[in-house]
Amino acid sequence: MTATVDDRSGGTPPPTRHPRAARARRSRKGALTPWMMLAPGIVLFAVFMAAPIFYTLALSFQKEQVKGLGLGGDSRTREFAGLENYVATLTDPEFLASVGRVLVYGLILVPTMLGLALLFALLLDARRTGAKSFGRVSIFLPYAVPAVISSLLWGFLYLPAVSPFYWIFEQLGWDDVPSLLSPGLVTFAIANIGLWGGVGFNMIVMYTSLKAVPSDIYEAARIDGASERQIALRIKVPIIMPALIMTALFSMIATLQVFAEPTTLRPLTNSLSTTWSPLMFVYRDAFTRDDVYSAAATSIVIALATFAISFFFLRVVQRRAFGQED
Amino acid sequence: MTVTTETRAALVPELSGTTGRRAPKDTRVPVAVGSTAVLLLGALYCLLPVAWVLIASTKDASELFSTFTFAPSTHLWENIVDLTAYRDGLYWRWMANTALYAGVGAIISTYISALSGFALAKYVFPGKATVFRILLMGVLVPGVILAIPQYLLLAQVGLTNTYWSVLLPQLISPYGIYLARIYAAAAVPTEIVESARTEGARELFIFHRIGLPMMGPGLVTIFLFQFVAVWNNFMLPYIMLGDDRLFPITVGLSGLLNQGASLPSMYTLVITGALLSIVPLIALFLVLQRYWRVDLAAGAVKA
Repeated sequence: MTATVDDRSGGTPPPTRHPRAARARRSRKGALTPWMMLAPGIVLFAVFMAAPIFYTLALSFQKEQVKGLGLGGDSRTREFAGLENYVATLTDPEFLASVGRVLVYGLILVPTMLGLALLFALLLDARRTGAKSFGRVSIFLPYAVPAVISSLLWGFLYLPAVSPFYWIFEQLGWDDVPSLLSPGLVTFAIANIGLWGGVGFNMIVMYTSLKAVPSDIYEAARIDGASERQIALRIKVPIIMPALIMTALFSMIATLQVFAEPTTLRPLTNSLSTTWSPLMFVYRDAFTRDDVYSAAATSIVIALATFAISFFFLRVVQRRAFGQED
Repeated sequence: MTVTTETRAALVPELSGTTGRRAPKDTRVPVAVGSTAVLLLGALYCLLPVAWVLIASTKDASELFSTFTFAPSTHLWENIVDLTAYRDGLYWRWMANTALYAGVGAIISTYISALSGFALAKYVFPGKATVFRILLMGVLVPGVILAIPQYLLLAQVGLTNTYWSVLLPQLISPYGIYLARIYAAAAVPTEIVESARTEGARELFIFHRIGLPMMGPGLVTIFLFQFVAVWNNFMLPYIMLGDDRLFPITVGLSGLLNQGASLPSMYTLVITGALLSIVPLIALFLVLQRYWRVDLAAGAVKA
C-alpha cells in the first residue's frame, strides 16, 4: 500500500524538511485545506442554490404597485405584501386544480412504477428467470431518454393516425375509442410516460440492493422449505426496505415537479391547460403574466410541500448512511 | 503507478458486493417460463417506443399518417438530409450545445463534487457536520423550483440567454457531493493519505494523484448521474434561453413539435431528430453499463 506513495515522492523526503517539522507547519496551514477544497462547491451552492432560495422568499412577500397611470419608468414600485401572495396562491382554484391533477397523477404513477420496478428486480434476482441481461438492459434503457423525447415518442404513439394501439382497437372492432389524450385519459397518458422513463432506474436501485444481500440467508430458508415466492416476499422485500423508501422519496419529489411531459404534449392535444401541473402554473405566472411575486410564493409552497414529504424519509435514511467513516 | 491501478481494480468487487454471491454456473436450475415471460413483457414495453421511432424515421411525411405503424419505409437518409438542411444545420448545433451543457458541464461538476466529497470524508475540521448538513439539504431542493429565481438573478447581471446561464447553475450537485463523500470514505484508506502526508506530499497532490484515481469508478457514476440530470433538465434552458442557436436538443425539438401543430411536415423532422438524439445516449449507456450496476449500488445501498 505505501508503495504507491513511495513511488511518487521518490522514496526519502528531502533532508531539509524534517517530517515532524513539516507536519507541524502543515497542521497550521492544514486547517485551511479542507475549506479550500470545499470552496468551489460552497460558492456555487451559495450563488445558485442558497441565493435563489432567499431571493424567492424575499419576492414572495412583495408585490408591485402601479402609481398613477403606470406610465414611465418609476411608476412601478415594490412594496411589502405580507402573506397576500400566499393567500392568493392557496385560494386560487386553478392552482388547487393543478395540485389535484398531480396528486391523481402521483397516485397512478408512484405505486405502479415502484410495484413494477420491485417485480422486475425480484425477477432478475430469482434463480429461475431467463433472459436476465436482455431484460435488465431493455428495461433500464428508457432512463437514457430525456423526458421531452419520451413524451414526444409517446405523444405520437397516442395519436390515432399514427398509433399502433388504434390499429389493435380496430382489429378488435372497437370504433369509438376516445383519444388517448382526451381529458379523461390524459393523466394516464402522462403517467405512462413517467412510468416508462422511471421503472428501469428504480429497478436497478432495488436490484443492486438485492445483490448486496449474502445468499446464505436464502439457502437457510430453502433448507427450511420456503418457496422462492416466500423468500422473495418474506425475506428479500423487508431486507431492501431502505432502497424502497429511497426510491419512493425520489419518485414523490419528481411527481410534484412534473413539467416537461405535459409541456411537450401540449401541441398535440387540447386537453392540457397551461396550468396543468403546479410548475406549469408557476411558469405561467412568472413569464406569461409577468407576476414573479405570485410565482415566487407558489414556488415556496411547492418547495415546502416537498420538504414536508421528504423530511420524514430523510430521518429514516440518514441514520443508516455514514456509520463507516472517521 | 501499477500499484495504484491494482488497488483500484481490487476495489470494484468490494463496492459491488457481488463476489461470492452467485453460485458457479453448473448448479443452474431450469428456467421458469412464467417469470421469464413477465420480464420479457416488461422489456417489450420498454423497447416499443424505441422500435417505433426507428421505423417512423424511415417514413416520409405522407407515409407517417397513412401506412401501418410498424411498416418500415426507405426515406431515413432523405429525412436526415432534410433535418440537416433545416435552417443551415441548426439541429446539429443543438447536438453540439447538448454535448457542451451535459458533457463538459458534468465533467466539471464531477470534479467539484469529488473535491468537496474528499474534503468531507478525509479531513477533520470544525464546521464539517454543519457544512455537510447544509449541502445535504440541497439534495432535497427541487432544482426546477430554483430555475425562476436563477433566471431573475442572472438577468440582473445580464447573463441570461447565454451558454453560461445553462452551464453555471448545473455545476453544483449536492447529490454528487453526497455520493463523492461515500466513495471517498469507502475507497481511499486514511492510512495512505496520512503516509503520503508524512512523505511531504502536498494536499492537492494527494487528492489528484491518490484520491481521484481511487475514487475513479465512483466518479464515473457521479458523472453519469449529472450528465443525465443536465440532459434531462428541460425547464432551465427553456426559461433561460431565447436564442434558438443556444438551445439544447430537448428545447429545440420541443419547439419543432410546436411548429408541427400547424405544419405537419415538421413531424418527420421531429421524429428523425428524436431518433438521432437518443442514439449517442443509448450507446453511452450500453458502454458504461457496468458503472451503473456496480456503483449506483454503492450509493444506493448505503443511503
